[in-house]
Amino acid sequence: MIGDWLDIGPVDQIAPGTARTLAVQGGEEIAIFHTLDHTFHALVNRCPHKRGPLSQGIVHGSVVTCPLHNWQISLRSGEAQGDDKGCVPVVPLRVDAGRIYLLREAVIPHKAA
Amino acid sequence: MNAPITLDARTEDLATRERLVVIGNGMAGCRAVEEILARDPARYAITIFGAEPRVNYNRIMLSPVLAGEKSFADIVINDEAWYADNAITLVAGDPVESIDRATQTVIARSGRVEPYDRLLIATGSDPFIIPVPGADLAGVVTFRDLDDVEKMLAAAGQGGNAVVIGGGLLGLEAAHGLSLRGMNVTVIHLMPTLMERQLDEAAGYLLKSELEARGQTILTGADTQEILGCDGHVAAVRLKDGREIAADIVVMAVGIRPATALARRAGLDVERGILVDDDMVTSDPAILAVGECVQHRGACYGLVAPLWDMCRSLADAATGTPSGYAGSVTSTKLKVSGIDLFSAGDFSGGEGTEDIVMRDAARGLYKRVVVRDNRLVGAVLYGDTADGNWYFDLLRKGEDIGPIREALIFGQAFAQGGALADPSAAVAALSDEAEVCGCNGVSKGKVVATIKAGACSLDAVRSQCKASASCGSCTGLVESLLALTLGDGVASGPRTLCKCTSFTHDDVRRLILERQLKAIPQIMQELHWSTPDGCASCRPALNYYLLCAWPGEYVDDQRSRFVNERLHANIQKDGTYSVVPRMWGGVTTPDELRAIADAADKYGARMVKVTGGQRIDLFGIHKQDLPAIWGDLNAAGMVSGHAYGKSLRTVKTCVGSEWCRFGTQDSTGLGIAIERMSWGSWMPHKFKIAVSGCPRNCAEATIKDFGVVCVDSGYELHVGGNGGIKVRATDLLCKVGTEEEALEMCAAFIQLYREQAHYLERTAPWIERVGLDHVKVALDEPEAVRALAARFRFSQLFMQDDPWAKRVAGEHADLHQHIAEVRPLQVANKEFAQ
Repeated sequence: MIGDWLDIGPVDQIAPGTARTLAVQGGEEIAIFHTLDHTFHALVNRCPHKRGPLSQGIVHGSVVTCPLHNWQISLRSGEAQGDDKGCVPVVPLRVDAGRIYLLREAVIPHKAA
Repeated sequence: MNAPITLDARTEDLATRERLVVIGNGMAGCRAVEEILARDPARYAITIFGAEPRVNYNRIMLSPVLAGEKSFADIVINDEAWYADNAITLVAGDPVESIDRATQTVIARSGRVEPYDRLLIATGSDPFIIPVPGADLAGVVTFRDLDDVEKMLAAAGQGGNAVVIGGGLLGLEAAHGLSLRGMNVTVIHLMPTLMERQLDEAAGYLLKSELEARGQTILTGADTQEILGCDGHVAAVRLKDGREIAADIVVMAVGIRPATALARRAGLDVERGILVDDDMVTSDPAILAVGECVQHRGACYGLVAPLWDMCRSLADAATGTPSGYAGSVTSTKLKVSGIDLFSAGDFSGGEGTEDIVMRDAARGLYKRVVVRDNRLVGAVLYGDTADGNWYFDLLRKGEDIGPIREALIFGQAFAQGGALADPSAAVAALSDEAEVCGCNGVSKGKVVATIKAGACSLDAVRSQCKASASCGSCTGLVESLLALTLGDGVASGPRTLCKCTSFTHDDVRRLILERQLKAIPQIMQELHWSTPDGCASCRPALNYYLLCAWPGEYVDDQRSRFVNERLHANIQKDGTYSVVPRMWGGVTTPDELRAIADAADKYGARMVKVTGGQRIDLFGIHKQDLPAIWGDLNAAGMVSGHAYGKSLRTVKTCVGSEWCRFGTQDSTGLGIAIERMSWGSWMPHKFKIAVSGCPRNCAEATIKDFGVVCVDSGYELHVGGNGGIKVRATDLLCKVGTEEEALEMCAAFIQLYREQAHYLERTAPWIERVGLDHVKVALDEPEAVRALAARFRFSQLFMQDDPWAKRVAGEHADLHQHIAEVRPLQVANKEFAQ
């Protein structure tokens, strides 16, 4: 299992109700969210609308509101909610023994894999 | 029950049976034995090894023993007679030290060797001790067995201070027991919410408030650095933020780990727990394992219900009729008398799930159920857990709850009441005498009569018969009665603050003051929010209302801030930020300009632009560089310009009487004085000021929120202007004779706006809504003006810290840094750079 998952550190580095980012050299930045319900989600850090940094939005329930134009993006599916249409890639994430793991193949840019 | 047989016959009989050796005399080991005996009492000759020198007892009832609500005798599950009746050999107080799988024997500490045909490992779990200095001092205990309880009771006998590290289930139960035993208890919890694995923010908040009301000190977000000792005994706990808490006893209750050392030494497959299949068989077919020590399909359990499920499947398989364990759904109840708390399943929400929330502040109730695809997937109950088992049952069975969905939140009695499952039918079925509004004693009949007499909106009902006019918890009922009585003729009421609540902005602001509401989760509970933690509309509004209501007391919630106010810079379309240092009254110096130019070069500002508010804006700054550029600007004496906030932006000025041949007053000086007074203040929306030195109005003061136009005889004060989408010229508020009066009136007007406008309402629409007369009347009496201005100045005492300087000093550093960076080449080598 460990070989397929990237350990990106302990859960307590992200306060509940906030997000932090993971820079990926040669790839797209990833936003990791910690909801007020204490679940963790990872999305590519760009809104499907105008590429706003989702990590900077307000987190409520399992939705983040994009800081640029208030699109609401589901943290589970990456899909825009309501009447808006669009989707941002979700990065599979799991939490084990207090650490956050991302699926390696979803993080690493394809050309480098 | 076993058939009575003679001792001799049984001894003979026993010799022919398979030998089952059980390691662990706890709840899992004994329950597994009970389940096997219930299926096939004559199959095994059983020997049980226990580390503790006593019979099997109910470990989860240790909390009531600590609290003095039960004695040890009350919690014994199987007494000595049970072992004798079932011909079980109990080896208590002699733990097994090794397993020899080749010879199929176990060796105990005393040297005793016991052969087995089947071996069952039920070693349970060990408390996790956080590895801080001082963790080995005398007086640091865990909360796992009766010996621990006795140590705590001995300490409690001396009185004094107890510190419990860990605000989970076990920690809170230990804290409760020690508190009841008379100790002064402090709970230290790493996470911001108590019992965060079982509770959401709202329920965690209620629990914390209740425990604090009972005299416990609860420190959340508190990280233990060290346990301090004196003569080898614990004396205090020091937190990473430097606080020290005196302690005569420290209880470590941060969690448990599966006890796998024995299995690991025996060469069994072990990850976090001992790996077992669906029949609870380990990697050695002769060895079974059950309980908290195992890992099944990737999951380890620390609660009692899964043990029972595992034991049933284990016994089925061990007696030749395997059923297969498929994992457990868990539920939790906190065993603290007087606090009813229940959680089960997955309440993290998400795609395709819907939250149904009910809050009743008067009864201290919070209920939340989570539904996905018409099936219940999670529940959190606080205050009334009577329906916990019913919800848990629905959850485990995965039944279609479609038919009862509308009434689900009201509980079993209501939801299964046949016709009553439709809430509006339930309301229709209420008798005319039934009380709808408990606060004001209004019956259904009276509400309906009021509606029939012409009250066709919620507000009209509230004002005419007072129903739902106090706490608001019957708002839903009154709305149902309106719909039932009038059909489509219901007039829509004033706009609510957002879709999470039925209260308006004005309601919420009034109730924050009336009921002394001082935290966002508290408002959501008291005012019956319909969502667990609000939305992107109400969170920033509530944060502002609390900041305005309780200056110096309320701690700003960064999670409820729009990005610009969280990062103290303006986000741009490409995700970079713009930085605007404050330029008092639009006046700058060569040194400041040099520092700005240097910063623009150093941090690669792609554009440098003069703003409409007489300042300089640096574009294209990266999030990570913000603290550094602020540090450079701070060093040159500049502070944040708040060009990003719902706050005072700029005070624009013209050069005035100091230079201008038309100038009548020192407009620049007054503008600087106004900006010095009002910078840093949070407002319902952005707020712009200008001071023009003569009626030619070069500073465009008559399209500002507050504008001063100087004239020969004094100062004209104008309000409510706006140069935005809808241009609005100001209204003249009044004319004053001195700078001091102008400053005082400015402070009073700002405070009136801060206290009365809705969040995200500029002064122009606010004045159009409430009327200029309302504003003039409020600012008519000198006493009222003084009081408002004094409140503003008091609030400013807490606001005029430069937010940039705080960030430069390291506050909220996490907001500006990546948690890590992935560099593919190194990743390929399985390295990872932090």
